[in-house]
Amino acid sequence: MSAPIRDFAKRIGGQIMNKKVLSIRGLTVRYGNGCAHCKSSGTLTKNRCPICGTVWALRHADVDLYQGEILGIVGESGSGKSTLMRSLYFDFDITSGACTIENYKDGKQNIFKESMQQKRYIKNNLMGMVYQNPVLGLRMNYSAAGNIAEKLIAAGRREFHPMTDRVKELLNSVDILEERMKEPPKNFSGGMQQRVQISKALANNPEILLLDEVTTGLDLSVQAKVLDLIRRIRRDFGVSILLVSHDLAVIRMLADRTIVLLDGNIIEQGLTDQILDDPQHAYTQQLVHSLI
Amino acid sequence: MNNDYNFAFLDEGSKREIRRSILKAISIPGYQVPFGSRELPIGRGWGTGGIQITLSIIGKDDVLKVIDQGSDDSVNAVNIKKFVGRCTNVATTTDSEVATIIQSRHRIPETPLKDGQILVLQVPIPDPLRAVEPSERVTKQKHAEAEYSAMWLSLYEDLTKFGEINISSEYPCMVENRYVMNPSPIPRFDNHKLHNSEGLYLFGAGREKKIYAIPPYTSVIPLAFDDVPFKVENFEGKHCRLCGATGVYLDEMYSSDTGEKFYECSDTGFCEKNRGANHE
Repeated sequence: MSAPIRDFAKRIGGQIMNKKVLSIRGLTVRYGNGCAHCKSSGTLTKNRCPICGTVWALRHADVDLYQGEILGIVGESGSGKSTLMRSLYFDFDITSGACTIENYKDGKQNIFKESMQQKRYIKNNLMGMVYQNPVLGLRMNYSAAGNIAEKLIAAGRREFHPMTDRVKELLNSVDILEERMKEPPKNFSGGMQQRVQISKALANNPEILLLDEVTTGLDLSVQAKVLDLIRRIRRDFGVSILLVSHDLAVIRMLADRTIVLLDGNIIEQGLTDQILDDPQHAYTQQLVHSLI
Repeated sequence: MNNDYNFAFLDEGSKREIRRSILKAISIPGYQVPFGSRELPIGRGWGTGGIQITLSIIGKDDVLKVIDQGSDDSVNAVNIKKFVGRCTNVATTTDSEVATIIQSRHRIPETPLKDGQILVLQVPIPDPLRAVEPSERVTKQKHAEAEYSAMWLSLYEDLTKFGEINISSEYPCMVENRYVMNPSPIPRFDNHKLHNSEGLYLFGAGREKKIYAIPPYTSVIPLAFDDVPFKVENFEGKHCRLCGATGVYLDEMYSSDTGEKFYECSDTGFCEKNRGANHE
């Protein structure tokens, strides 16, 4: 990110956000071995190499996330938005790159190089993830309470009653009735499943929340509820949020800054208003003007 | 003794391989050691793991006791006893204190094991994580990383849905604060007998090709939340109608004639000995 944008990004809503919580450098996810042609940067027009067939899902991505910030990530299908999120949550193996978290080993350790145990610690204590598809984030046959408690248990909690109290508190915070905590999420509506996922992600008070297309597939009234909830979470819990969406209205409503991805490359980034009102890259212009 | 077969049926190479696996299992309490499970003249799932362990460790001077669900006289126990007896010629007994090797299915005898005694348990499903994770590759990884949150979650689910943990047998235990182990389908009542025992426990799963062990004086603690203690079956106010014993695991029975409910010791050898002592 260039210096002027970075300085500008530090001042959002009158607040100075100078504490970086997450820093990603050169993150690359590649499917295939690559060849001399596609390994030299800037030679591909699409993310698939026409010579060796290697797919570059994400290429040399540099991302910074500041404390209390909502960073939007937009792009078309297959541009690498979910790959970025799920790589951060260790669902995918990365090809190369580094990521540091300020509150983890003083921000000096590349979390991708950590052991499985340490990665699990980071997932369970420092991050929360909400998937686009609730099936990936929830156990549909376990109770809603069990789903949330899973995160607490994974973080080492072993007291039943305090855990249940925490589960009730979290369900209350996302407007799900306590009486339904014994029901499995498969009985819930899509919006409720997303809210259970959000409460699960918040269970251990993470400082980073990864939200992958949380409103996709929900009707407008439920979408509005979920968006309100995200705003409330940021206000009440002070978490930093990486928000992936292909819905520019959602991004405009929530994100402080926005990154635009195309074919695995970050093509533009800056303040959300700046990106949406004055897009510089041809693709971003096309994206902004292609609203139905 | 039937001389058409090698001593203890299995060839010496097989016995050596199984003994090596047993030694490894003893060295790493609670860890499931894979072994080359041999063909035996009984079907897989009928105690072949336990029998292979017994046949591999038995010597000419050993005294063997075989029980099935606490009973010395059930078909499974009698047939295993006959089979091992025919190919080894060792003495057999129903007295837990006299036996040097006890092979058992679904129970641990009431009399605590002494130094030098070995209890061999037949195990159908050795991996405690199998109930929550179908993939062997994943369960191996979870054991390696001591990642047992799925197991704890299943306990949490039980408590949330039913108000209590409703695992009647095969209650998972933490061995030496490292491995979660399936203690075979023994009732919860028997779980505490594994903890800091003087004797050696060997677990064999023939179909699943796994051996694991609890050496003497090993910590074996049933999984339980800090504020919800582990509970065993409650036989308060009940006693064996044959020997009058209390504080032991009792089988609930009904008289087919009168429909009357009564209780008898599940461990028949213990009950018999108790009755003899009562007579004297």
